[in-house]
Amino acid sequence: MTLEIIGITVLWIFLFGYLIVASIDFGAGFFNAYNTLTRRDHILTNIIERYLSPVWEVTNVFLVFFFVGIIGFFPKTAFYYGTTLLVPASIAIILLAIRGSYYAFAMYGSYGHKGYTFMYGIAGLFIPASLSIVLTISEGGFISMVNDHPVLDYWKLFTSPLTWSIVVLSITALLYISAVFLTWYANKAGDTSATELLRKYSLLWALPTIITAGGIIFELRGHNPEHYARILDLWWVFGLSFLLFVGTVWLIWKRRSYGLAFGLLTGQFALAFFGYGFSHAPYLLYPYLTIYDSFTNEAMAISLIVAFVAGLGLLLPSLYLLLRLFLFNKDYVRGNKDFHA
Amino acid sequence: MGNEEAVFFSRVLTELTLSFHIIYATIGVGIPLMIMIAQWVGIKKNDEHYILLARRWARGFVITVAVGVVTGTAIGLQLSLLWPNFMELAGNVIALPLFMETFAFFFEAIFLGIYLYTWDRFENQKKHLLLLIPVAIGASFSAVFITIVNAFMNAPQGFDLVNGELININPLLAMFNPAMPTKVAHVVVTAYMTSAFVLASIAAFRLLKGSNHEYHKKALFLTMKLGLIFSIATAIIGDFSGKYLAEYQPEKLAAAEWHFETEENAPLIMYGILDDGEVKYAIKIPYGLSVLAHSNPFAEVQGLNDFPEDEIPPLYIHYLFDLMVTIGVGLTALSALYVFAVGRKWSFVHTKWFRWLLVSTGPLAMLAIEAGWWLAEVGRQPWILRKIMRVEDAATTSGQVDLMLVLFAGLYLILGVGSVVVLRRMFKRNPVEQEIEDRRKEQDGEVQ
Repeated sequence: MTLEIIGITVLWIFLFGYLIVASIDFGAGFFNAYNTLTRRDHILTNIIERYLSPVWEVTNVFLVFFFVGIIGFFPKTAFYYGTTLLVPASIAIILLAIRGSYYAFAMYGSYGHKGYTFMYGIAGLFIPASLSIVLTISEGGFISMVNDHPVLDYWKLFTSPLTWSIVVLSITALLYISAVFLTWYANKAGDTSATELLRKYSLLWALPTIITAGGIIFELRGHNPEHYARILDLWWVFGLSFLLFVGTVWLIWKRRSYGLAFGLLTGQFALAFFGYGFSHAPYLLYPYLTIYDSFTNEAMAISLIVAFVAGLGLLLPSLYLLLRLFLFNKDYVRGNKDFHA
Repeated sequence: MGNEEAVFFSRVLTELTLSFHIIYATIGVGIPLMIMIAQWVGIKKNDEHYILLARRWARGFVITVAVGVVTGTAIGLQLSLLWPNFMELAGNVIALPLFMETFAFFFEAIFLGIYLYTWDRFENQKKHLLLLIPVAIGASFSAVFITIVNAFMNAPQGFDLVNGELININPLLAMFNPAMPTKVAHVVVTAYMTSAFVLASIAAFRLLKGSNHEYHKKALFLTMKLGLIFSIATAIIGDFSGKYLAEYQPEKLAAAEWHFETEENAPLIMYGILDDGEVKYAIKIPYGLSVLAHSNPFAEVQGLNDFPEDEIPPLYIHYLFDLMVTIGVGLTALSALYVFAVGRKWSFVHTKWFRWLLVSTGPLAMLAIEAGWWLAEVGRQPWILRKIMRVEDAATTSGQVDLMLVLFAGLYLILGVGSVVVLRRMFKRNPVEQEIEDRRKEQDGEVQ
C-alpha cells in the first residue's frame, strides 16, 4: 500500500463517517419539521432531541477533518477545488452555520418557533445537495483551464442530468439512512408510535434511494465512460451492497431486529461508497488531478499519518465513552434521567 | 472582475471572518478554564455558589461555542476558497498543525457534549470536573495549533525553495519556527485574560443592575483575580514578543513603532499622529525602543530605511499597537487596584462609577484582541508568507468573491445578534436568585 492510498483511504473513511452521522442529523431535522407542519410533532421531537443534543457538534468535525485532511495529503486540490468551489462551498458553509448555531440557540436557549423548525429542516436538505455537487464536478467535464486557472462552467453543471441525479440521491439516501437509524433508536427508547412512524418513513424512502443510485451508474456511462467501466469491473461490490439493502428492507418490513437492520444499512452504504471511491481512483478530478500527481511530500505524509494514528488513539476511546453514555444508555435514551447543565 | 478586485474582496472577507470569529474563539479558548477553576473552588470550599457559577457559565458557553464552531468551519474552508495558491504551498509544509487542530477540536467537542449532559449524574463532583479537563485542554490546544500556522506565515522555515520547487521539507521544523513560542503564549494567555474580564464585566453589570447577591460578588472577585494574573503574564510575554520582532521581523516592529532611521539609543514613540511623514503630538520615551527590542538602552534598532519600500507594512499599525498596549496596561493596573482595594476593604470599589469601570474591562479586552490581530496581520503585509509569497499572488481568480462577502456579512450579522439575544434571554428567564432558591428546595426534598 502506497502512502497515497493510505492517505485517501483515511480521508474517505472520515467522509463516510460524515455521510452517516450527518444524514441522521439532517434527516431528523427534516422529519421533525414535516411532522410539525402536519401537527404530529409530539411524536418525534423527544426522540430526535435526545439523540442530537450531545452529538451535534461532533458531526461537524467529521467534515472539517475531511477538508483539512485533503489539503494536507493532496495540497494541489486547494488550487483546483478551492478556486472553483467558492460559490457552492460558501453556500454550504452558510447553511451549515445557520443550522448549527440555531440548533444550539433553540436547544440551550429555548429560542425556537415553527418558522425556525421549518427552516432548520429544509436547510438540512440543501446542505448535502450543495456538498454533493463536488462529487459531480469530480467526474470531469465541468471544469476547463483558462489562462492556467480552473474555471467552473455553471451552465453546463446545472443543466447536466448527472448533477441532479446526484443531488436527488444525496437527499433520498439521507432520508433513508436517518429513518432507519431513528427507527432503531425510537424502538430502543420504547416509543411505539415514533417507531411505527419512522418505520413507515424507512420503507417509503428505500426504493427511491436504490433507484437513483442505479440511475447514476447508468448516467456515468455517457458522462464518464472510463469511470463507468471501472464500476462494472467492481460489479460484485455493488451487488453485495444491493443484497445488504434487501436485507435491511426485509428486516424493517418484518419489524425485526432494527439494530441489525441499521448495521446492514451501514454495510450497504460502506460498500457502495468505497466501491465508488475505488473506481474513481486514481482521479481526484477527471482528468486533471490524480492522487499521485497531487500528493504531498513524503515527510509531510508520514507525519500526517503518525498524527492520525496518535489522534485516533485519543479519539476512539472518547467516542466510545460518548456512545456508551448517551446512545447505549437505557436511562438516557428513554428519557428517565436528564442531567443537562 | 479583474484579479485586483478578487484580491481586494478576498482580503476584506478574510478580515471580516477572522474579526468575527476571534471574538467567539477567544471566549471558547478561555472560558473552559474559568469554568474549571470555579467548579474546583466550589468543590474545595464546599460552596454551592461557585458550583452554580460554573454551571451557569457552562450554559452560556454552549451558545458562544456554537458560533465559534461554525465560524471556525467557515474560515477553515475560506482559506482554501479564497487563498488557493497559498494553501497549495502551505499544505505541503504546515498541514500538520492544521490537521492536529481538528483532533484537538474533536476531542473538545466530544467531552463538551458529555460534560454538559452529566451534571449531577455523578455522586462525586470531582468526577464531573474531570470531564472538563479534556475540554479545556482541547480548547487551548486548538489555539496552540492554529497559532502555529499563523506563526509559520510570519517566520516560514522547514523547507527550501529551489526554482519554485519545495525540497527538504521538515514539518516539525516548520511548526517550531522562531515566531511560535511568543505567538502561541501570547494568544493563549490573552484568551484567558479576556475571558476572565468578560465574565468580570457580567458580574459587575449584575451588581450595578440591582442584584446585590453574594454570588455576583464572589464571581467578580474570582474573575478579577484571574484577570490580574493573566494580564501580568500577558505583559511579560508581550515583552518577549517585542524582542522576537526585533530579531526576526524588524520591519514589523519598525513600522509599529514609527522607527524610521536605524539608530542606537532608540526612543519609544507612543501615541501621536503622522502628518506628511512627520510624527506629531507623540510622547517620546528615551531609550524605550532599544530596551523593548534588545533589553539594552544603547542597542541599535533597525529602522524602516533599511528595507525596500514595497516590503514595508502600512504605518497605521502604530495606532493598533498603541491601542492594544494601552488597554493591556490599563487592565493590569485596574485589576491590581481592585484586588488590592478589596484586600484593604476600601469602600470605593463598591461605588457605582468604579463598577462601571469594571464593566468596561470585558469589552476593552476584546477590543485589544481585535487590535492585536489586526496589528499582526496588517503588520505582515505585503506578505502572506513572509519573503516567500505576496498576498496578491495567493488569492483566488474566482469572480464571485464580492457576492460571497455580502452573504457572509449577512451571516455574521445574524449570528452576532442571535447569540446576544439568546444569551440575554437565557439568563433573564432564569435569574440566579431563582435558581439558588430552586436548588435549595430540591435539596430539602420539597420538589423532586
